[in-house]
Amino acid sequence: MSSSTMTIHLKIWRQKNSHSKGRFETYTLDQVDEHMSFLEMLDVLNEQLIMEDGDPVEFDYDCREGICGSCNLVINGKAHGPKHLTAVCQLHMRNYNDGDTVVIEPARAAAFPVIKDLVVDRTAFDRIIEAGGYVSVKTGSAPEANLIPVNQKKANQAFDFATCIGCGACVAACPNSSASLFTGAKIAHLNKLPQGQPERNERVLAMVDQMQKEGFGDCSNFAECEAVCPVGISISAIAEMRRDYMKALFDD
Amino acid sequence: MKLDSKVPSGPLEEKWSKHLNEIKLLSPNNKRKHSVIVVGTGLAGASAAASLAELGYHVKVFCIQDSGRRAHSIAAQGGINAAKNYPNDGDSIWRLFYDTIKGGDYRSREANVYRLAEVANEIIDQAVAQGVPFAREYSGLLDNRSFGGAQVSRTFYARGQTGQQLLLGAYQAMMKMVHTGKIDYHPRKEMLDLVVIDGQARGIITRDLVSGAMEKWAADAVVLCTGGYGNVFYLSTNAKNSNVTAAWRCHKRGAAFANPCYVQIHPTCIPVSGDYQSKLTLMSESLRNDGRVWVPKDPKDERKADKIPEEDRYYYLEERYPSFGNLVPRDVASRNAKIVTDEGMGVGATGKAVYLDFRDAILRDGEDGIRAKYGNLFDMYENITGENPYKVPMRIFPAVHYTMGGLWVDYDLMSNVPGLFVAGEANFSDHGANRLGASALMQGLADGYFVLPYTLGNFIADSDLSRPDTDHEAFEEALSASKAQIDKLLAIKGNKTVVEFHRDLGNILWDKVGISRSREGLQQAINDIQVLRKEFWQNVRVPGEAGYYNKYLEFACRVADFFELAELMAEDALQREESCGCHLREEFQSEEGEAIRNDEKYSYVAAWEYKGLNGKLEEKLHKEDLEFEFVEPTQRSYK
Repeated sequence: MSSSTMTIHLKIWRQKNSHSKGRFETYTLDQVDEHMSFLEMLDVLNEQLIMEDGDPVEFDYDCREGICGSCNLVINGKAHGPKHLTAVCQLHMRNYNDGDTVVIEPARAAAFPVIKDLVVDRTAFDRIIEAGGYVSVKTGSAPEANLIPVNQKKANQAFDFATCIGCGACVAACPNSSASLFTGAKIAHLNKLPQGQPERNERVLAMVDQMQKEGFGDCSNFAECEAVCPVGISISAIAEMRRDYMKALFDD
Repeated sequence: MKLDSKVPSGPLEEKWSKHLNEIKLLSPNNKRKHSVIVVGTGLAGASAAASLAELGYHVKVFCIQDSGRRAHSIAAQGGINAAKNYPNDGDSIWRLFYDTIKGGDYRSREANVYRLAEVANEIIDQAVAQGVPFAREYSGLLDNRSFGGAQVSRTFYARGQTGQQLLLGAYQAMMKMVHTGKIDYHPRKEMLDLVVIDGQARGIITRDLVSGAMEKWAADAVVLCTGGYGNVFYLSTNAKNSNVTAAWRCHKRGAAFANPCYVQIHPTCIPVSGDYQSKLTLMSESLRNDGRVWVPKDPKDERKADKIPEEDRYYYLEERYPSFGNLVPRDVASRNAKIVTDEGMGVGATGKAVYLDFRDAILRDGEDGIRAKYGNLFDMYENITGENPYKVPMRIFPAVHYTMGGLWVDYDLMSNVPGLFVAGEANFSDHGANRLGASALMQGLADGYFVLPYTLGNFIADSDLSRPDTDHEAFEEALSASKAQIDKLLAIKGNKTVVEFHRDLGNILWDKVGISRSREGLQQAINDIQVLRKEFWQNVRVPGEAGYYNKYLEFACRVADFFELAELMAEDALQREESCGCHLREEFQSEEGEAIRNDEKYSYVAAWEYKGLNGKLEEKLHKEDLEFEFVEPTQRSYK
């Protein structure tokens, strides 16, 4: 495996905390290896900043294999960067060219206040799930697993929505900062399964109300969320959420 | 220190039910008066928190991530075992128990492992009821597959994301109880110490990772579900934030650390590409079903893989293990990869890789056939390496994946410090010297959903507990100690970063406490670790201050603990003069390179008691003898 190196210019959003005003800072990195991941490139920058008595750039990450949903950078205006169906931790520098300038910002939304630099507070997502994103079954009271067959196609569809990693790219990409794709994905996941039916109405009402309470905007069908979602959640989740919300209002 | 496993008497099949009948109960009215701290929100922590809160306890739950849903359980790919015997292929609780204890090379407790196999079926019921979208057959019933060389199909799965789906189920169950007010939920808070009062665990100290505030929390019991310590190697398949700090600080407060040298190294990971490498990515071992592992016979062979003819290729697993071939267990596959690369036959720019070649499988099944089976894995490989595995062989190398060692617990999952319970990968209990595929998810959820809710209640009902109180001087002492350590780290202002120290520590461990170990190498490792640890405390450079979000300060605190654990791992590997499971001592292997176990002398759990740190780590070894009443230990053979 041969590798080539390049020079990359970075414009990174720096912000001390949620109260302070942020600004862009520029940095230049030489010897960026094409096989580095994007986050490893930032690690290298931080090592340099630390040795120069600078303030390392803070950003969220954990698994670095695209499943935990911690990372959520907005790169050159696009949540998770240029590669389709790829979380930023899975993006590699071979997607860039020598001399490129790369702008890195946090996921911006009123409901996601900045903690420091590129780290934002996404606890609003926890509160949306807390409002109703579950089946209220107690430990120990579950019936035998094969008692209720689930149509294979439906089970697959449920999975397609359940695969959401909760990164918040959908919010960052939406001109309205709506959390509809995230919320709709959980509603659609549980709707597809028989286990989700008893609480169907209560769930959609509670989750949508919570979403609004958190300060996320409404959906205007821009579909930017679907375009940036690293796991390909379909915007049909939002249609399903809205349909169910209306039905639930009249059912009650 | 006295180690009492408290395994109930009686026939193996009746131990757990007998214990449940004898356990003391608390009335709902009384449960309400008691509080429990749960640290960590992976499968074990989230399931324990949800279940304890449902029973009526007041639960405080803590995690270091920004949401409980991000714990590293989320990354588990393969599946979860349970002996439902849906495929009618002869599976049973006994067989699941037997496979697990044999797979662990007879270094785990019979009673614990049997209970694990027994409650596994209930986990599947619970997960399905929560809406976990497991794979299903056309009939709508649950699908099973064979995994990790098992002779029966007992693995339930949700595509390649079983851990994610099970964790989201447990996380949602936990958030449901947050909604009721029975759980206080604290993301982005890291446990830095255990508070022990009159010999009992009565609380913890945390650091708020956003504000830097140090806080005291009291409760009637503490449940530690903080995962494994694979990141001591710096490079591993663990998430970047996985660490040993909470468990290690409990160890320093009196909890015994058991079998620290048992580390599972997974054979099929994407190799290291350069010094900047921050973590390793696992490729499902199902790839070995169709891929053939080889290296060029001539170490100096510079030709591209597809230009190397058959007679110049060394299919070392097929040649050395004719009956299992490429499907030998994880430890055997990893060891052999190290042997051939040490002999100079490794491939790629670093020489630290072997080929996993699908050429023959593609000729047989066609590219579409292989894509249908492994398409997502091939895509992932291409995304990371930039190479197309349909055209050129994959390059793979072993990587640290799971740690079987952990805090010592009794049958009730309580450590030797009363009131401190440990569940999931953080404890040492069920996997012996080697864990089987699809058993980690099973253990985490068994502990959290179906063991702790009972055994923790028994402890509380049986104890005379004063009201938890953070005004006690022990809280102040622990908080000051944690704060002093942070101040000390920040004050050093040396010339080497935390990452550099961690990487150097990882290299020592990988070379000498990794896939194979020797007396000489381990003694050298202990010395090297001590020297590097001393340098760390003199020359580490931690940026910034304590009063705000500071990721490198978090890392510095964790690496400080890894430095101490590392020495204990080497000590433990040194005293175990046998080979078992993942622990291979070069002095104790047959002429063919097979591990030789010594049941007469080493059929015990090594539980270490912390005695102090003064240049050298002082630890006292205690032995819990393992007795095999129901199975006969045999030597594994994969020839």
